[in-house]
Amino acid sequence: MRDNIVLSVVARLLMPFILLFALYVQFHGEVSPGGGFQAGVIFASAFVLFVLVYGIDAAEGIIPDGFLRGGIAGGVLLYAGIGVLGLLLGSNFLDYNVLAADPKNGQHLGIVLIELGVGTTVASVVTAVFYAFVRSKR
Amino acid sequence: MIAVHLPILQVVLPLIAAPLCVLFRARDLPWAIAAVATWTAFAISGLLLAQVYSVGVISYEIGDWAPPWGIEYRIDALNAFVLLVVSGVSAAVILFGRDSMLAEFGRSREYLFYTAYLLTFCGLLGVTITGDAFNLFVFLEISSLGTYVLIASGNNRRALLASYQYLILGTIGATFIVIGVGFLYAMTGTLNMVDLAGRVQAYGANTTIVVAFTFLVVGASLKLALFPLHLWLPAAYTYAPSMVSAFLAATATKVGLYVLVRFVFTIFGPEFSFVTLSLGLPLAILALVGMFVTSTVAIFQNDVKRMLAFSSVAQIGYMVLGISIHTMLGVAAGLMHLFNHALMKGALFCAVGCIVYRVGSSRLDAFAGAGRRMPWTMAAFCTGGISLIGLPLTAGFVGKWYLVLALIDRGWWPLAVLVVLSSMLAVIYIWRVVEVAYFRDPLPEAGPVEEAPLSLLLPTWALAFANIWFGIETSLNVNGAFAAAESILGGFGS
Repeated sequence: MRDNIVLSVVARLLMPFILLFALYVQFHGEVSPGGGFQAGVIFASAFVLFVLVYGIDAAEGIIPDGFLRGGIAGGVLLYAGIGVLGLLLGSNFLDYNVLAADPKNGQHLGIVLIELGVGTTVASVVTAVFYAFVRSKR
Repeated sequence: MIAVHLPILQVVLPLIAAPLCVLFRARDLPWAIAAVATWTAFAISGLLLAQVYSVGVISYEIGDWAPPWGIEYRIDALNAFVLLVVSGVSAAVILFGRDSMLAEFGRSREYLFYTAYLLTFCGLLGVTITGDAFNLFVFLEISSLGTYVLIASGNNRRALLASYQYLILGTIGATFIVIGVGFLYAMTGTLNMVDLAGRVQAYGANTTIVVAFTFLVVGASLKLALFPLHLWLPAAYTYAPSMVSAFLAATATKVGLYVLVRFVFTIFGPEFSFVTLSLGLPLAILALVGMFVTSTVAIFQNDVKRMLAFSSVAQIGYMVLGISIHTMLGVAAGLMHLFNHALMKGALFCAVGCIVYRVGSSRLDAFAGAGRRMPWTMAAFCTGGISLIGLPLTAGFVGKWYLVLALIDRGWWPLAVLVVLSSMLAVIYIWRVVEVAYFRDPLPEAGPVEEAPLSLLLPTWALAFANIWFGIETSLNVNGAFAAAESILGGFGS
């Protein structure tokens, strides 16, 4: 569909806004509706649009499989790592209070980092699942 | 300091190991990561059990949020016992898995298999260790999703169908459990099990509580494959890779039984479950019918894995029968059989895995001549089989002995006779394999077959030997089961 000028231009225009909106939902998640899961799906939807318009081969050039695998595993590791960090800093698993000098900042930092882990994994998984669907049609 | 954090490490180490398998995909590394994580979890569960026996119930507050608001991990004599069973058998099975999976699954997507294995393992441990009803559901889903992948990795195309069947039924089971938990939450406003127990038992036979109870019992029964909700199990165990059959037979249904016991005894209380609602009778009837029907079906199977799968459903009947007696002796006998059956089916499925490794099939014909050509494998199979039948000096005997004692003690002696009779059916189906293996000449088209390699034989024999060891030195399984029964029954029914 990349030959269709309307589609390719609109996709090109929309993508940065979709990615930006995903980041807004991600980082505004702890004070308003949203969070890592929703943000991850929105982020991945930008790449779904890209694949639909420009094809899977072009998408693989930008986000290769290895990168997606890293994202899938990295997000989970970030989440679990933050949990273990609380443990190493002398408190219980997933206790954010000890992450910063002030417990309130610690809670803030903890939830932001954990949601970032969720967002990374969800975005990578949704993109990987979509890649798999597209490839099964080839 | 680290000892305080053992409850969370039990679950988090496999969880961290799973994504590491994805990142480090080099030759054999995923397997090594999985093996290290499994053995560490085994060591932790041993330490936890010792800690529970010496100091009593352990409570761990996730995120330092005090229960009932935060998620609590709560380990008593019951779940410490189940944790040890799950991680112990997995420790043997993961060693078995390396060469067995290479032969049956290949190298290319090995890392994904071990990731799924570790997530399933993490989920099963999480279900067992948590003291929060909703957290239990979340871990149940983690383990189920992992299980679907594990079953689908069998090299027969029907593995995919078997996995899909289990996905449908497993999802129904999990949905029932979450509906039950939802009703409990609507009624009490809490999810912490200890907190729930106090509030639920104060309500008595309230309609919402009874509906929640029904959903939870049916959901858990689907997960533990209680007859007639076992329909997903035979195909799943038959078409899954040998290592997965051994792993699931020894762990997944056991954790399902744990869920049933935890809800029925700890949350609803034996008084409500067995006196107000008389759950004992339907459970006992289903267990008995299941024992006879599925044992009989097992006799007519021509695939040994399928035969063992039907036998598993029958053996679950013994465990549920023990629970349904709801006396100290009965519950202890049920839990003892949980421990012993994990060892038996672990050994038996591993022995079949050795045959599959060398002959390439688990059909009965493939066993022809195995008695002479693979003597060690078949000896391990016979040991597991004897334990399954329940002859003295094996673990299986100890469990059935206490079960019969419990039935007589309760005055249900006709059932005791039926238990012994149904064991005779196990003699028949095990004998069919033994006869083919020792008295029939190998098929002419089967080439030369030698004994399975040591990497498969040693774990198989470790499990077979455990069947004998725990039949003679019974302090761990018998005392452990009694301690577990005591922890959930309190003063009731003793």
